[in-house]
Amino acid sequence: MTETNPTVNSAGYEVPPELRQNVAITTLDKIWNMGRRYSVWPMMFGLACCAIEMICTAASRYDLARFGMEVMRPSPRQSDLMIVSGTVTKKMIPQIVRLYNQMPEPKYVLAMGACASGGGPFKEGYNVVSGVDQYVPVDVYVPGCPPTPQALLHGLMKLQEKIDSESITQVRWYGKEDIPAIPVPLLGPDLIDPRDNELIKQETSKKPAAPAAAPAAPAPAAEAAS
Amino acid sequence: MTEATTAAPVEKSELEKRFPDAVKADARPGYAGFLVDTSKLIEVATALRDEMGYDYLSSVTAVDYYSDAPNAENFIEVVYHFYKSTGGGALELKVQTPRENSTVPSLTPLYAGADFQEREAYDLYGVNFEGHPDQRRILMWEGFAGYPMRKDWKEAYFEEEVKPFKNRWPEGQVYRIEDRNPFNKNNAYPQGFDPTGFKETDDPKLYEVLEKAAREYSEDIDTEQVVVNLGPQHPSTHGVFRMAVRLDGETIVALKPVMGYLHRNHEKIGERNTWTMNMPFTDRLDYLSSMSNNFGYALAVEKLMGDKAAPPERAEYIRVIMAELTRISNHLWAIGFLLNDLGAFFTPALYAIVERELILDIFEATTGSRMMCNYFRFGGVARDLPEGVLEKIKSLVTERLPRKIDELDIYLSENELVRSRSEGIGVITPEEAIAFSTAGPVLRASGVPYDVRRADPYSIYDRFKFDVTVRQHGDVYDRYMIRIDEMRQSLQILNQALKDLPGGEIMNGKNPYQVRVPAGESYGRVEGPKGELGFYIVSNGKGNPARYHVRAPSFINLTVLEKMCVGQKVADVVVNLGSIDIVLGEVDR
Amino acid sequence: MYGLGILKGMWVTLTHFIDSYVEDIKWLGRNRYYSKEGIQHRRSKDTKGIFTVQYPEEKLPVPEEFRFVPFLVYDVDEEGNKHDRCTSCGICAKVCPPQCIWIVRTEDPVTKRPVPEPVDFFIDVDICMNCGYCAEYCPFDAIKMDHDYEMASFDRHAEHIFNKEKLSKPASYYAGIRPTNYNREETLKAEEAAKKAAAAAAKAAAAAAKPADGAAAGSTPAQ
Ligand code: SF4
Ligand code: SF4
Ligand code: SF4
Repeated sequence: MTETNPTVNSAGYEVPPELRQNVAITTLDKIWNMGRRYSVWPMMFGLACCAIEMICTAASRYDLARFGMEVMRPSPRQSDLMIVSGTVTKKMIPQIVRLYNQMPEPKYVLAMGACASGGGPFKEGYNVVSGVDQYVPVDVYVPGCPPTPQALLHGLMKLQEKIDSESITQVRWYGKEDIPAIPVPLLGPDLIDPRDNELIKQETSKKPAAPAAAPAAPAPAAEAAS
Repeated sequence: MTEATTAAPVEKSELEKRFPDAVKADARPGYAGFLVDTSKLIEVATALRDEMGYDYLSSVTAVDYYSDAPNAENFIEVVYHFYKSTGGGALELKVQTPRENSTVPSLTPLYAGADFQEREAYDLYGVNFEGHPDQRRILMWEGFAGYPMRKDWKEAYFEEEVKPFKNRWPEGQVYRIEDRNPFNKNNAYPQGFDPTGFKETDDPKLYEVLEKAAREYSEDIDTEQVVVNLGPQHPSTHGVFRMAVRLDGETIVALKPVMGYLHRNHEKIGERNTWTMNMPFTDRLDYLSSMSNNFGYALAVEKLMGDKAAPPERAEYIRVIMAELTRISNHLWAIGFLLNDLGAFFTPALYAIVERELILDIFEATTGSRMMCNYFRFGGVARDLPEGVLEKIKSLVTERLPRKIDELDIYLSENELVRSRSEGIGVITPEEAIAFSTAGPVLRASGVPYDVRRADPYSIYDRFKFDVTVRQHGDVYDRYMIRIDEMRQSLQILNQALKDLPGGEIMNGKNPYQVRVPAGESYGRVEGPKGELGFYIVSNGKGNPARYHVRAPSFINLTVLEKMCVGQKVADVVVNLGSIDIVLGEVDR
Repeated sequence: MYGLGILKGMWVTLTHFIDSYVEDIKWLGRNRYYSKEGIQHRRSKDTKGIFTVQYPEEKLPVPEEFRFVPFLVYDVDEEGNKHDRCTSCGICAKVCPPQCIWIVRTEDPVTKRPVPEPVDFFIDVDICMNCGYCAEYCPFDAIKMDHDYEMASFDRHAEHIFNKEKLSKPASYYAGIRPTNYNREETLKAEEAAKKAAAAAAKAAAAAAKPADGAAAGSTPAQ
């Protein structure tokens, strides 16, 4: 095992010198992580074009089952990994945040494709969110449009690497504090992130700099251009 | 190239004669069709449908003619494309309405297929359709500020009116556009908006409409009914699609599709792009069959550009070969996942995906990408078939695919469980299929032999021998079988095309990075795997389209979903949806 | 008879099941897995049985035309100096559909003429749609589509805007991944160079033959 997981022993925390002989924790970590890395259950959840490549990854030729990940769960309650596969739109992001909140810890998010990572080719569109990481924390980004199934597999292996580097003593979900849920964005005149409320108030109470925009076009072109 | 888009002159004069003061031919250079007086639209459309045989309303869309120059004539035009379900070219009607308080009579009572398309025009352009039974926003949510497709509406990330943007070169200091927005996000709010205590309204109108529809279904509403929302995240919705269903026990009494969860502003971006730039974006419409999307868009633009963009012979053949391969791979996928929805979890899909992967190998070798082919150019195709690919296509088409399609047929078609789950489910009569403007396999499974490749031939499809497949029952089983039939016909076309494939050039002239398209409008349509895929484009002679609209077959096919499902069990919804074969990239665009 | 259809269907799955063993036995002694011809066979028209390609141990070879993220090509001369092929002409930035290319061009401080090699060149891979237009329309063969798809990372903010340094790869790399294209372009270039040389030689000859016009003819190429 040591050869296959060399990262485990140097996984982000220092073992004090007087404890170097004591390898109990790292061994436990290794077993724990091995169990987790080969049984990541993704959520059956596809958004756009990238979802097709995700399905192909799970299907005949690339066979996600070799990684213990074939059990795609339709319910967030039973899944560990959310593969955000495709363009995240403003209309969809409340659902995505809700699903994320419903997933039990430990949970991971993989942003598949340019769209989910940072907006993608449709970034400028009025209904497109520039990257799912503006709302939920992302663990691995897989660039590409679409990433080929092999690129996705590479991303999943990166995720396994990340899992390997975690230690049972440090992970957030065994910590003392509750992990707060992410506030669900609202669909108002535009998408409202409750965390931004103050800022929005501030900005919208400003006097318009340029001559006021036409009432039919409330989008402040002046702000975007500044 | 087909020249059949304009109607025969007989009809022209007939329509004008019939309504001398209401109808006049559209005289703008590059335009065709008729301008109709708004108040007479219903009358004209009724005459078209009942007397002249134009019973198929293919596309409805709005165009915003706007310029901020003083004295500019600004108005919104609603454009209708009518066809005869027996074949032939289009008859195009247009009505104009001022930009403020735009109002146009709704054609939904006459042509049920106008329903979603009018809602879309209302949503994106703010055109009010008088008499529409259920006018709600369809792609954006209720409460969104403004009508985004209007030319003077600017999004939060607005940079410049048209591409290419000036600041990319020669002083292109890189930035992320979100860093230039006060919220670090793609958001903008109206002046004076206060988000504290903002309450989201979950589309109350939707539930009103559902209740109304339920009442129409049965008067006695004493039994307890429940509303169930299927989606947007649901394993069987083929993406992010939602159906609000009202149930009486297990029976569906009303169903309303809710979409827009993948609305990526394809058209708004498309009007900022140059003509060339739109090609890779069309790949992402129906991402299972990008070649067909390329085909439709290339046809529409080539029509406007005229002879200087007529593709050479070899390119035409390659186009047909690619389009037919796409059809096969799309239908394989559709069948696999229809069976998934029927409960045959994944095995049929796995078998189908094997064949699809082999076809994708061909696409990858030719175009560089498995799914996003971006292969067509105006006046040809991007590159010739690389070495060895032709042999691979031939071996697949002649040896493997026929065998595998037969195998799929043996494997599934006779299976009693499949049959009992799908026969007699979701029946659509031919009249309904036409009235709801369904297209492709859905239309043909209902006994209407309408295939654009035959009814209004484009490219070189008039050279090939193939049958327009038809099935008579209009149920899920027939919609499944028709896809198998179509794959066989595609193989037949492929065999002929591969035999005749000539040598020679693949591009008409050079492949310039910017094209000029003469002013005018054009509507290019192809028979995509999902049905009639149309591109309506308006050029004002500049480097970018003034209007770029996609007539998406799976979007319009969804109009009939409610009809299919009402009165059936909730488990059949999923199957009915699967049998339409939607792709959300195209539904929401 | 009811159930016959189901049995037929099961027969099909059974043959698929048996095939996977039959295939393996047929390939006894030869490598069906982890070998080039094995992978080739599995993606040919005769493939039967196990279809899976076991990434990462075996990777499906990508075809020459395969496109992922673009890269910039530079030439290396005899002394080992790098020369960007890119002349900052800006065509790729103009044709890029989602506008994800940024190019910084400089001027020579003395002559005020633009310097061909760009000072910097950025591609935001979180926007790039891998369409290949930049490579297709670049008149200098300076930007090409890469084959490397294994780019997953933990942090996009730090890593996903590629600058010139990260984008640049030597021409030998390009020749390695796209040999046919590379050779075609090189022959074209050689032909063109030969033509130019011939034209220049002809001109020089003409100038020499007509010493009276020599001044006029001689000044043209200099411009
Ligand atoms: S990254 Fe590309 S392929 Fe993936 S969802 Fe976005 S547009 Fe589609
Ligand atoms: S990469 Fe090519 S097209 Fe782009 S600026 Fe350089 S030379 Fe011009
Ligand atoms: S591949 Fe396409 S999107 Fe990407 S940089 Fe090149 S032109 Fe732009």
